[in-house]
Amino acid sequence: MKSALRSLLCVFACSASVAPAQGIVVGLITKTDTNPFFVKMKEGAVDAAKAKGARLMTAAGKFDGDNASQVTAIENMVSGGARAILITPSDSKAIVPAIKKARDAGVIVIALDTPTDPQSATDALFATDNFKAGVLIGRYARAALAGKAARVATLDLAPGITVGRLRHDGFLQGFGIKEHDASIVCSQDTKGDQAKGQMAMENCLQKAPDINVVYTINEPAAAGAYQALRSAGKEKAAVIVSVDGGCAGVRNVKAGIIAATSQQYPLKMASLGVEAGVEYARTGKRIAGYVDTGVTLISDKAMAGVDSRDTTFGLEACWGTK
Amino acid sequence: MPPVATFGPLLALLASAAFFASQSDRFFTGQNLSLILQQVMVVGVMAIGQTLIILTAGIDLSCGMVMALGSMVMTRSAVDVGMNPYLAITCGLLACIAFGFLNGALITYVRLPPFIVTLGTLNIAFAITQIYSESQTVSGLPPALLFFGTTFRIGQTAVTYGTMLMLAMYFATWFLLRETSPGRHIYAIGNSPEAARLMAIPARRLLISVYTIAGLIYGIAALLLVARTGVGDPQAGQTDNLDSITAVVLGGTSLFGGRGMVLGTMIGALIVGVFRNGLTLMGIPSVYQILITGILVILAVTTDQLSRRGQ
Repeated sequence: MKSALRSLLCVFACSASVAPAQGIVVGLITKTDTNPFFVKMKEGAVDAAKAKGARLMTAAGKFDGDNASQVTAIENMVSGGARAILITPSDSKAIVPAIKKARDAGVIVIALDTPTDPQSATDALFATDNFKAGVLIGRYARAALAGKAARVATLDLAPGITVGRLRHDGFLQGFGIKEHDASIVCSQDTKGDQAKGQMAMENCLQKAPDINVVYTINEPAAAGAYQALRSAGKEKAAVIVSVDGGCAGVRNVKAGIIAATSQQYPLKMASLGVEAGVEYARTGKRIAGYVDTGVTLISDKAMAGVDSRDTTFGLEACWGTK
Repeated sequence: MPPVATFGPLLALLASAAFFASQSDRFFTGQNLSLILQQVMVVGVMAIGQTLIILTAGIDLSCGMVMALGSMVMTRSAVDVGMNPYLAITCGLLACIAFGFLNGALITYVRLPPFIVTLGTLNIAFAITQIYSESQTVSGLPPALLFFGTTFRIGQTAVTYGTMLMLAMYFATWFLLRETSPGRHIYAIGNSPEAARLMAIPARRLLISVYTIAGLIYGIAALLLVARTGVGDPQAGQTDNLDSITAVVLGGTSLFGGRGMVLGTMIGALIVGVFRNGLTLMGIPSVYQILITGILVILAVTTDQLSRRGQ
């Protein structure tokens, strides 16, 4: 309600403060507004908009995959005078026609976190290099094995989703193996869900009881995998690596549940996005192409030859409830 | 009917529009109002079918999924199979009509409750949609499928043909319900099945027709959806059953059947659209729109109940 009140108050008070970017409106559309990742993203956008004196409109889908709500939000924002729209597309392909209409109306559209299909449908993409995120944890897992023979389980996202593919392939490259290598003893889809991650790991352990490396698509899947390993009394036998850097995930790194995770920065995606949007509204300068928002390997047990930061750093920079 | 149930929805719509006009100078422009109509056209058309069914004291939970199936049949037939686009549209409409008929047949001949039947067909239609489309979005549609998303100008304002179709469908349904005997019979069945039987109304045939026509209406909604978003989206329609019921209830139609006006449903759909648009223009997060919709639904049902007790 705070922001609703603020908006109401704004009608009377805002005209008094003369900021340089007065009147510039920027829109942020996330997949949902419940996932902590998007909550952090919104926080970054709110702060950056405040710093630049721009007005922020926000909207989100009702569920992950809700294209219709995102289309409606784009239209409303264009109608509301937004000069820039930042969006994490729920359906990379289905959103493209709506984005095209907005760009035809002179709005700059920047994809955050998830690219559209084709990527060129937006002016720019601000996102984690998901391949690199995978490479970092792959290298870490290889070093942690210390020469032992690898028995790898990969707990993936779902078929056909680029983010999942990139992290998986990055992990394999960092680990120094190819797809279908004999050391990959089990691969399962988890949709990034803790319960599904646990079930997948239980099934993998049935298939191959001697798994010693577990790649997970994200930290909830990693937490599920740990549950399964602990129930089987094997939590010491396997190295779990993951991607995300959410606060809950980093705490699991600190607790020794996850060995290492690649941390990404949703707040930075949004704040850079707002800045680029305001810049465009002011000067007409369009940002273009891909901007890497960075990724850092977080672990409390550093491995020789693999750069990482500890969980004290990770908890400072994490997203979600600290 | 007491005046508050008839004019309540309209007053709520006008009051909310006046409020948003005072908050944002961009709200009350032709372009923005046209946009709101465009944004409610899919759920708005679907809600016509839902109104007919609710007037008979039934309910349809499957409408959004049936629409999604229809839209995938249209787009895949046209793009992947390479069918003539008008034939592809016909196939999509037929798929929706078939589901409407199935709902009606199970309800009238097997005598199952509409809630359970349509809960079942909701899941069936969803699964068929996913299997048939392999959960893949279809793009690159031929122009015929996009016609209702294209615009013409009234003065400075661009209006989509789909909006006009929605308005025409509402007025046609309003006329049919008011002026024809099958229309009056729909109210009679919802009010009292027993009395309808004594009046020698062919209840089964009428009910099965209502569900089948509703299927056709969902098919038209599917065509509008495709035209509006420019793609065939297998994830579409997942909350549209509740959204359409919300429009019906906000419009003052009783969930117990037999009472209500289809034009009220249009107003109900517009109220949701006005809040969604207005709150976005004010920069208020979308979750507050859901909160307000919830409060309005409770208010609408309370009004219906109180006026019922008063009779």
